[in-house]
Amino acid sequence: MSVTPATSRTAVSPFGISFNGVEKRFGSFVALRGVSLQILSGEFVALLGANGAGKTTLLRIAALLASPSRGKVQFTVGHGSGDCSDPGEAKKLIGMVGHSTLLYDELTAAENLSLFAQLYGLDDITARVADSLQACGLGSRTASLVRTFSRGMRQRLAIARALLHGPRLLLLDEPAAGLDRQGLVWLGTTLEALRKDGCTVLMSTHARNESLDLATRAVALAGGLVQHDSGPGGDPRPVLAALRAEA
Amino acid sequence: MSTTRAMAILLAKELRLEFRTRELLSATIVFALVIVVLFSFAFDPTAAESRRYGPGLLWIAFLFAGSLMLNPSFAREQTNDTLDALRMAPISAFAILSAKMLANFIFMSLVELVLVPVFSVLYNVSLTGVAGRLILVLVLGTIGLTVTGTVFSAISSHARMRELLLPLLLLPILTPLLIGAVEATASLLVDQPELDRTWVALLAGFDIVFLTASWLLCDYLIEE
Amino acid sequence: MKGRIASTVFVAALIFFAGYAALFIAPDEKTMHAIQRIFYFHLPSWIAMFTAFSVVFVANIAYLATRKEKWDALGVAGAEAGVVCCTIGLATGPLWARPVWGIWWTWDARLTTTFILWLLYLSYLLLRGLLDDPEKKATLSAIFGIFAFLDVPLVYVSNRLWRTQHPQPVILGGNDSGLDPTMSKVLLLCVIAVMGVMIIVLLDRYRLERLRHEFEELRQEIETRSLAPSSILEKESA
Repeated sequence: MSVTPATSRTAVSPFGISFNGVEKRFGSFVALRGVSLQILSGEFVALLGANGAGKTTLLRIAALLASPSRGKVQFTVGHGSGDCSDPGEAKKLIGMVGHSTLLYDELTAAENLSLFAQLYGLDDITARVADSLQACGLGSRTASLVRTFSRGMRQRLAIARALLHGPRLLLLDEPAAGLDRQGLVWLGTTLEALRKDGCTVLMSTHARNESLDLATRAVALAGGLVQHDSGPGGDPRPVLAALRAEA
Repeated sequence: MSTTRAMAILLAKELRLEFRTRELLSATIVFALVIVVLFSFAFDPTAAESRRYGPGLLWIAFLFAGSLMLNPSFAREQTNDTLDALRMAPISAFAILSAKMLANFIFMSLVELVLVPVFSVLYNVSLTGVAGRLILVLVLGTIGLTVTGTVFSAISSHARMRELLLPLLLLPILTPLLIGAVEATASLLVDQPELDRTWVALLAGFDIVFLTASWLLCDYLIEE
Repeated sequence: MKGRIASTVFVAALIFFAGYAALFIAPDEKTMHAIQRIFYFHLPSWIAMFTAFSVVFVANIAYLATRKEKWDALGVAGAEAGVVCCTIGLATGPLWARPVWGIWWTWDARLTTTFILWLLYLSYLLLRGLLDDPEKKATLSAIFGIFAFLDVPLVYVSNRLWRTQHPQPVILGGNDSGLDPTMSKVLLLCVIAVMGVMIIVLLDRYRLERLRHEFEELRQEIETRSLAPSSILEKESA
């Protein structure tokens, strides 16, 4: 079982993730009570639920930032049922946008992206970083410290950082938060391009988010369990509509 | 990504961050100087007295200044959760930890580079002829200080009152290092200076024990 | 329950008898007379302390290896029991030293090491108090505990080496050499008795910690269920 390097845009390596009976407790607080979910490669999953339902915890576990108290997370790479058991290899293919920006305020935008480009072992870093900054609309601020950026600009840079190494699994925790009009448009276009490219996306969001139109599946969490799931082949719209009505 | 390569990348980042503002470095140097000056009121700095108390003073100044300087090491990574970003990258926990250890070692060495000549001037202690051996003692002592200090910085960054907690955890652990470094330094300041092998061995032993322990435990330290 | 009462009563009887033996059965010491009798509790408290701290070390390693909460409970129980024994030792020492040798304290290798040990394990408990998240508390204090234990031989060796270079009047040297047979027997009895007390305290603290943890779990569960939407309850009862 080999993992196709994500840096080559020509080879599209399918990347799915499955949660098997995942439980997560923090001391005596149980954030996830047994979540079983299989996400196939190329799906665009909208993860919904109230605050405290367990969305962030689930995403963090998927990003290998936290390990489940019980149950397993498995990545399926390549065609068929090849399991990716090497976390190092899996990490190269995962990108995450979290609640915090995950950026160094005292470094410039370019320095931040360069750092992560180096850590992910990418080549042709200067060009890559320049392209990335241009694409997210920060081309004029490459040499400015992140500390001087507005909220919207930081969020754009955070998203750019997550996409830099060409991940095949994108984990987004309310990525639209703080984005201005221009940023939202850019996010929408980028997500659409990624979906066409076959990237697997797991995005936690509130029901009123625009990007939900791209979703191929809706999963709703409540109290640490999966409450609704439109399924891999199903139609997410009824679930989304129901939740929009509730909200 | 090999650990050494990742360590080099992260070390460059640490150095770049610190040298951009140099706030921590300058504050630490000034603090160490304050301690050195305050000590001058504790005893009469004649040549003989200085040789007796000087080494102790010097190392206490380094230990105290160091334990304040080591705090931001991991606390800094909590703004914007950048530690999460590092943990998500395909690099080992030891790369993250050792990069910080190495960075702290460099910063602490710079502080010592300033303090030792100042000390020698203020207390009339001649260091000519022992400079090389003194540097060896300083290096061994600083390794021990920064290895344990960085680990405890990681530990205390999760706790309340971390500015007070770090010295509280660190200083008792460092007593063997303090004794060894002070005695080794003192043996270099006498009329017939001689590098005391026993103490150098103790310092080296201390460094090896805690470097190994850090390497074995780094995954638990850096995890969620 | 019955076992606990029985063992507590047994240890209580043991310590009572040990105290009686120390005060009345053991022969009077030549030079120090009555005050020397503190030794029968002073030395055993050191032994109990070292045992307790060794338990902490093992518990720390076991926790990191298995992540089972019971090892963390054992760790904190051992640390508290050890700190108590250490405090008793540090307090009784000067009481004895002052009338006999005229000084409250000396910085010899053993005493200094013990003092540092006391500080280290107090810091261990303090660290735990300042960490909120239970898993972090267990993991990080386990790491610190391991470092502290590894440090102890280094502290002792460095102090021994230092003392050979800066000799102090040796005062606590000859206690364990050439003890009168009755004294040895009384000492052994006291060691067992004090160890018994330490073990009882440790086990009680261990049980308390585990009960606390269980209580917290139940409380959280109740809270979550009372807030959860009805669908959760349906799923659970199905």
